[in-house]
Amino acid sequence: MQDLLYFFQQLINGLTIGSAYALIAIGYTMVYGIIGMINFAHGEIYMIGAYTALIAITGLATLGIAWLPVILIVALICAMIVSSTMGWAVERVAYRPVRGRHRLIPLISAIGMSIFLQNYVHLAQGSRNIGFPALIDGGFQFGSADSFQMSLSYMQITIFITTLICMTLLSLFISRSRTGRACRAVSQDIGMANLLGIDTNRIISATFVIGAALAAVAGLLLGMYYGSIDPLFGFIAGLKAFTAAVLGGIGSIPGAMLGGLILGVSESMTSGYLSGEYKDVVSFGLLILILLFKPTGLLGKPEVEKI
Amino acid sequence: MLVLEDVHTHYGKIEALHGVSVEVNKGEIVSLIGANGAGKTTLLMTVCGNPQASSGRVILEGRDITREPTAKIMRSGIAIVPEGRRIFSGLTVEENLYMGGFFNDKADNRKTLDYVYELFPRLKERELQRAGTMSGGEQQMLAIGRALMSKPRMIILDEPSLGLAPIIIQQIFEIIGQLRDQGITVFLVEQNAHQALNLADRGYVLETGRIRLQDTGKNLLANPDVQNAYLGG
Repeated sequence: MQDLLYFFQQLINGLTIGSAYALIAIGYTMVYGIIGMINFAHGEIYMIGAYTALIAITGLATLGIAWLPVILIVALICAMIVSSTMGWAVERVAYRPVRGRHRLIPLISAIGMSIFLQNYVHLAQGSRNIGFPALIDGGFQFGSADSFQMSLSYMQITIFITTLICMTLLSLFISRSRTGRACRAVSQDIGMANLLGIDTNRIISATFVIGAALAAVAGLLLGMYYGSIDPLFGFIAGLKAFTAAVLGGIGSIPGAMLGGLILGVSESMTSGYLSGEYKDVVSFGLLILILLFKPTGLLGKPEVEKI
Repeated sequence: MLVLEDVHTHYGKIEALHGVSVEVNKGEIVSLIGANGAGKTTLLMTVCGNPQASSGRVILEGRDITREPTAKIMRSGIAIVPEGRRIFSGLTVEENLYMGGFFNDKADNRKTLDYVYELFPRLKERELQRAGTMSGGEQQMLAIGRALMSKPRMIILDEPSLGLAPIIIQQIFEIIGQLRDQGITVFLVEQNAHQALNLADRGYVLETGRIRLQDTGKNLLANPDVQNAYLGG
């Protein structure tokens, strides 16, 4: 019984962190799906989302507003607006001017953007980590008090539900809406979409903005979950989410969701049963293993030559 | 309807069109024939602004579109059925068609959709199927249907018969004839010179980036040079 509770505890922890990874991974996978390039500044966009949320929360606190739903919603909206603007700007500054050039060039300009944003936050917010108020505390306890107790915090439930809502809305948008259909068409054949009169630049901007907005959601959630943020906050999370996107099959949105969850669970299981130090070894080992047997990732489609 | 005046087009430093002048009048079918690599596709793509002409002018319905971006040109009553069809294989047939009518409102699209399904009943049967799973002929019908969804005044077709069975080619050419009868101007590029010239009001012969001959379809068919070079003697 105790072993089972312990297992479920790791599972819950893994799914929590995994759903946040999935939210960030969407941004990588959508941008890759459309322009075939990795947005290396995406981790920073997520980090800026977390900082913006924190600033908004602090601001509301000084104004004396203490009603939790208002704080959360205002923080979320501010983070999404700032991150989306950032995502849009990254595309305009680092990608659009060099589109169509050698593939290394946008890669380098995006890394430059990432370094710039990181250091900008260093200067503006200081390089030490800042406490992030938990806001949502408490939770459920399972199991008897004298042995192992499994806990499911309200914060974890919030992360699940928010992720679920975001993913559902995104799936509906991609599969049903006119712009979503255009996104899929552009990702399959950008030149043809252009020949149908579609302004493909706007579609590309839209994918950066959507990815950034979801990263901002993850920024707020993980900021609260971890309890502190620093300017390097986006680096590791970005790396993990990128791994998740590749694991699931880069370019595939369901793949990013699946990859995020697998990565989160494998990390927490490793921490729970082996040692926390091994979690990165196991998750990146898993990545290598999956790519060996399925180079396109779990749900990625092999590149087929068009006949 | 469409006029090309002394158009030169480059790919990098290589000039693919060396001063081409072509005219397509309203309500006509004009066929452009030529060997592989003569620059037929380049000519069509220059009309679409991708690549843009390096000199000369492209005029669509009296408007100079030489320097306009592709997306804007393609919203001006002109539609293309490109070489190799380029349907969106992961989208359903219906979604592909809606992509063609991206800039029309819902009610309009519903009506045009019915019209396209009437023209190609096979597409109606396969409405919810992924486009990539269809046969080549069906995909070609879809590519034509998608172009028609924008309700174009002029349609450009690049080798619509390529790789298709003779019976399907026959159908496609019949449809092209119907389009003209409905008042749509047709600019057709074909390697299948016999059928293309037979159907056309006028034709042009393109050779290594230059217009070699131009005449009515009938006269070109009867021309001994054309017969030797493109109709197998």
